[in-house]
Amino acid sequence: MNWVALKMLTGDKTKYFGIVFGVSFAALLMGQQSAIFCGLMRNTTSQIRDVQGADLWVMDKNVQFIDDVKPLSENDLYRVRGVPGVKWAVRLYKGLGRARLTDGNFQQVIILGLDNATLVGAPAPWRVLHGNIEDLRQPDAVFIDEFGWRYLFGAEPFVAGAKTLELNDRRAVIVGVCHCNPTFQTFPILYCTYSQALQFIPQERKTLSFVLAKAEDGESPEAVGERITEQTGHKALTDEQFFWTTIGYYLKRTGIPINFGITVTLGFVVGCAIAGQTFYLFTIENLKQFGALKAMGVGNLRLVGMILLQAAVVGVIGYGIGIGGAALFGYVFERAVKTAPPAFYFSWHILALTGGAVAAIVTAAALVSMRRVLFLEAGVVFR
Amino acid sequence: MTATATQAAIRLTGVTKEFGTGDARVTALHEVDLEMPYGELVLLVGPSGCGKTTLISIVAGLLDATAGEVEVLGENLTRMRGGRKVRFRGDNIGFVFQQYNLLPALTAAENASVPLLIAGWDRKKAVAKAAELLDAVGLGARLNSYPNQLSGGQQQRVAIARALVHGPRLLVCDEPTAALDAASGRTVMGLIRQVAVEADRAVVVVTHDSRVYDFGDRIVSMSDGRIESVKTRE
Ligand SMILES: Nc1ncnc2c1ncn2[C@@H]1O[C@H](COP(=O)(O)OP(=O)(O)OP(=O)(O)O)[C@@H](O)[C@H]1O
Ligand SMILES: [Mg+2]
Repeated sequence: MNWVALKMLTGDKTKYFGIVFGVSFAALLMGQQSAIFCGLMRNTTSQIRDVQGADLWVMDKNVQFIDDVKPLSENDLYRVRGVPGVKWAVRLYKGLGRARLTDGNFQQVIILGLDNATLVGAPAPWRVLHGNIEDLRQPDAVFIDEFGWRYLFGAEPFVAGAKTLELNDRRAVIVGVCHCNPTFQTFPILYCTYSQALQFIPQERKTLSFVLAKAEDGESPEAVGERITEQTGHKALTDEQFFWTTIGYYLKRTGIPINFGITVTLGFVVGCAIAGQTFYLFTIENLKQFGALKAMGVGNLRLVGMILLQAAVVGVIGYGIGIGGAALFGYVFERAVKTAPPAFYFSWHILALTGGAVAAIVTAAALVSMRRVLFLEAGVVFR
Repeated sequence: MTATATQAAIRLTGVTKEFGTGDARVTALHEVDLEMPYGELVLLVGPSGCGKTTLISIVAGLLDATAGEVEVLGENLTRMRGGRKVRFRGDNIGFVFQQYNLLPALTAAENASVPLLIAGWDRKKAVAKAAELLDAVGLGARLNSYPNQLSGGQQQRVAIARALVHGPRLLVCDEPTAALDAASGRTVMGLIRQVAVEADRAVVVVTHDSRVYDFGDRIVSMSDGRIESVKTRE
């Protein structure tokens, strides 16, 4: 009888495609919008993920997200170093600079100033696309991220030292290109030493954005972080904690989640409406056939099974098409737009949640239709 | 239990059927007593609204009687419930409807095989068996045609093949010729007579098509929810 159910479903091509279209549309909209949303949210944390090598970020206790820099004093660095369980602690400058290009235009850039001695937080070797990270020790040297390079210089090939920028009346020589995680603001990222960074920005009283600390071997970073907070009054977060703190800020304090939420809900509602209505119409049109089957000895349980099977089939196909379409969109977008960092992130949560939503849509459609079939008197076939 | 001419296939005793409640109450059957034998083609005739469909719906286990005893093929349907009744219908009863009710997405042979599929047969075997029946009703050449490629009379012949494919002991037909022209109607009735009527099968055909009265072995006339007369041929 499963075979009969599938034949019934696919027999009416128009309705069949209608239902599949509805489900696909819903899955596409939900999946694609959620992926962009997650991508954007993830991009807000890109520097947290870029700056690797330390266990803890120490910051002012009022900092709410990575771009919310409230500088510490030099003294704080030494206080952190004095906390038991801290193996080492180094400076990190993070801020925005104004770069003047050779053509006279200005461009905002993200500046990451790394500890002069250790370069902790520098891109990992496999992320260095051109140049050598040790070249940052040369005077005026900076690394730029690949999106920034493409944004500023297009398809021009990299030549070490060939391109310069001007920041705060200081020359910045690009000695290398590295891969960075796509950022939220889409500004180019410049890596340099801490002392170099201070020359790229106007004079400020306090410049220590973050202290990067490493826990002693055998100490848990979380525990050391708590100890740092106890002794210095500053916040000390692991990468993961800082990641979620930052995302939490954007979720709570910006309209982004609501806007995407509305679109995703719309996708769900429209999908429900199209798929549900077409499925319902399909069932109503087949009511006599279902009635005949009922008369001929198909029990209610089996009818439920048949309808659920039909719903499951359109659900799986629609989900596949929709998610496939969303993934294709992300893929094409990433390749078509070279200058903007991609904001498309398909986490397994999205796949699961979209799957759940699609299941809910087809189940709802099936339930509405099922009521009609179950309460159908078999006697209707004689009318 | 074996069927013999003396044992009735269907025995209704004091069967009453009411629809609705209060002012809207309609009594479709008034204390009907009726017996139908095996091996005969029984015609159930009467004016529109007299209760013919209601009566065979009760006989086929599609409706429950409000009062009275219903015995079909030796089983008491009055006390049979849910799942058993569904299985009883699937195993023992063949249906032919006025509107054919074939599945548009299935071929003639596949349509005719549906009762076997319901019984859990393997699809290949079921379709092969259905093809034999279609051959018997003269559609051996149209096995792979879809319902919308067949005339009304041909579709009704597919429906007859479907109704008989699982060898039911009761065949119930409601107005099988009403949607057909006179010639097709006679072909269909002739087929029912020739293919369906067997010694251990009861056949009931509801009709108000007087053109086909001559196919019946026994004519049960109804009027206003009551049996008016039962006439046997000869
Ligand atoms: N489900 C129902 N609800 C209410 N009344 C019904 C229902 N089914 C039948 N009736 C009523 O019962 C009576 C008998 O109806 P039935 O359909 O059995 O007549 P019939 O002899 O088959 O008529 P026809 O020749 O027009 O098919 C009619 O008055 C009809 O209105
Ligand atoms: Mg009727």
